[in-house]
Amino acid sequence: MESINNINEENPVLQLKEVSVSYSPGSFAVNRVTADIYPNTITAIMGPSGCGKSTLLRAINRMHDLYPHIKTTGEISLKGKNILAMDPMEVRRMAGMVFQQPNPFPTMSIYDNVLAGYKLNGIRLKKREKEEIVEQSLQSVGLWNEVKDVMTKRGSFLSGGQQQRLCIARALALNPEVLLMDEPTSALDPISTNRIEELLLQLKKKFTIIIVTHNMSQAARISDNSMFMYLGELVEHGNTTQMFTKPQNKRTEEYLTGVFG
Amino acid sequence: MSRNKTTYMGWRKGKDKTAFVLVCLFSLIAMFPLFFILWDVVSKGYKNFNLRLFTEVTPSSMDAMLARMNGESIPGGILNGITGTILIVGMAILFSVFLGLFIGIYLADNRGKKLAAVVSYLTDLLQGMPSIVIGIIAYAWIVKPLGGYSALAGSVALTIMMLPMIVRSTEETLKMLPPAYKEAGLALGSSYTNVVFRILIPSGFGGIFTGILLAVSRVMGETAPLMLTALGAAVVNWKVMQPTSAIPLLIWDFYNDPNLVDLIWSSSLLLLIVIFLLNWIAKIVARKWKV
Repeated sequence: MESINNINEENPVLQLKEVSVSYSPGSFAVNRVTADIYPNTITAIMGPSGCGKSTLLRAINRMHDLYPHIKTTGEISLKGKNILAMDPMEVRRMAGMVFQQPNPFPTMSIYDNVLAGYKLNGIRLKKREKEEIVEQSLQSVGLWNEVKDVMTKRGSFLSGGQQQRLCIARALALNPEVLLMDEPTSALDPISTNRIEELLLQLKKKFTIIIVTHNMSQAARISDNSMFMYLGELVEHGNTTQMFTKPQNKRTEEYLTGVFG
Repeated sequence: MSRNKTTYMGWRKGKDKTAFVLVCLFSLIAMFPLFFILWDVVSKGYKNFNLRLFTEVTPSSMDAMLARMNGESIPGGILNGITGTILIVGMAILFSVFLGLFIGIYLADNRGKKLAAVVSYLTDLLQGMPSIVIGIIAYAWIVKPLGGYSALAGSVALTIMMLPMIVRSTEETLKMLPPAYKEAGLALGSSYTNVVFRILIPSGFGGIFTGILLAVSRVMGETAPLMLTALGAAVVNWKVMQPTSAIPLLIWDFYNDPNLVDLIWSSSLLLLIVIFLLNWIAKIVARKWKV
């Protein structure tokens, strides 16, 4: 496994060392994955269904802790801190997550949805601070102009693509170190997908993004680096252009050319 | 061949029609008792359904007899029953909503655990428990040790009856919510408690509230458990530890007193109206709060 990077090699924001996740003893959904993720990049995780992409992503914000039978081992460090030793609630504030289905909270207004992270964590803000966070977060997902006059409407009032951008804004409002996205466009139409892809290219100036995707052309369009996973193992990790034009591993090549997957 | 085919089709169509007519007919038959109950209660109850019913307590048998002999309407109402029902059912709502919500949350989130299976089974059992048995239990638990009949004992009996309904509606509503809401909340770093009380319960409010209203309308007409616990009273009572009347208890009293028998129908009418209203509100809430 070769790592070819032309971006800030010095300080990875996220380091995975021998990370394994098992749903039942003896079988591994993610098997000893080691990888470095650099700041202000977009990393795409690809692979066939069931290869452990989402499982790996969910390990990074400790979502597996919700299910006691899932065991995560190895070391994941975010900004130099081993998150497996930290309080999961603290980890989740540092690693924002966006899910496949847009899921704004149905009883909250658009305004409250953006601030949900603060409300749920019991962080009190002054009205000025709230308004600033809401405007900034919605601006950064390009939703501000569309919703600034309907702030009090429920989140479900928006279209699917707008809802997903609202969810991204909700994650960004907490100013996370990394933004984890689990197939964020697979439930959206092509135009909304395009919108989100453009948005991600903007957002990487400020954030580090890891995106699980089924869509290889999406990975090719937006990611700097790609990880190809197969049967729980990280087969190849490196510069996206490099991987798509000259894959180092035979299985990567087969997957990318459609032999399987 | 083709003739055979037509007769076959004719036979099928005939069968279809017969089935349709039967279904309509049986639906109509099923509606009959309901219709006549409403008709009877309204036609007999409206005479005494006046302001007095809401503002005066039950008259004594003697006063009622005198009024009857003079051809006057019954001198009194069921204020003591109305206030009693409000007191007893109100307390029962407090207890059962508090307990039922927590049990429902536990069951919705811990499927497959042993304790959850046991609790779930007991809830089913409780739902099928005869109300008189629940009355006896409340008598043994509250009336006996505290040495007297009371509104509190009545509300404990009704709480036990409401509990399984509220547990089930909470559990089912929470199970129906997409897991994505819970995960989205937790992914923002929220505690489990905050996710439950600030996201899940508000999102499922329609279903949970409907369940509570239906449970209330169910126990509002319960008589047997109250006979053994609240007992009844001829005066308005707001004291938790005193015997208290309730509308269904009064209906039973009126049935046993030939002089007061006319009040049966207006009391029943009131009870029906309240229950009808609760069901109607439940429907509206369920529709409005659909997530």
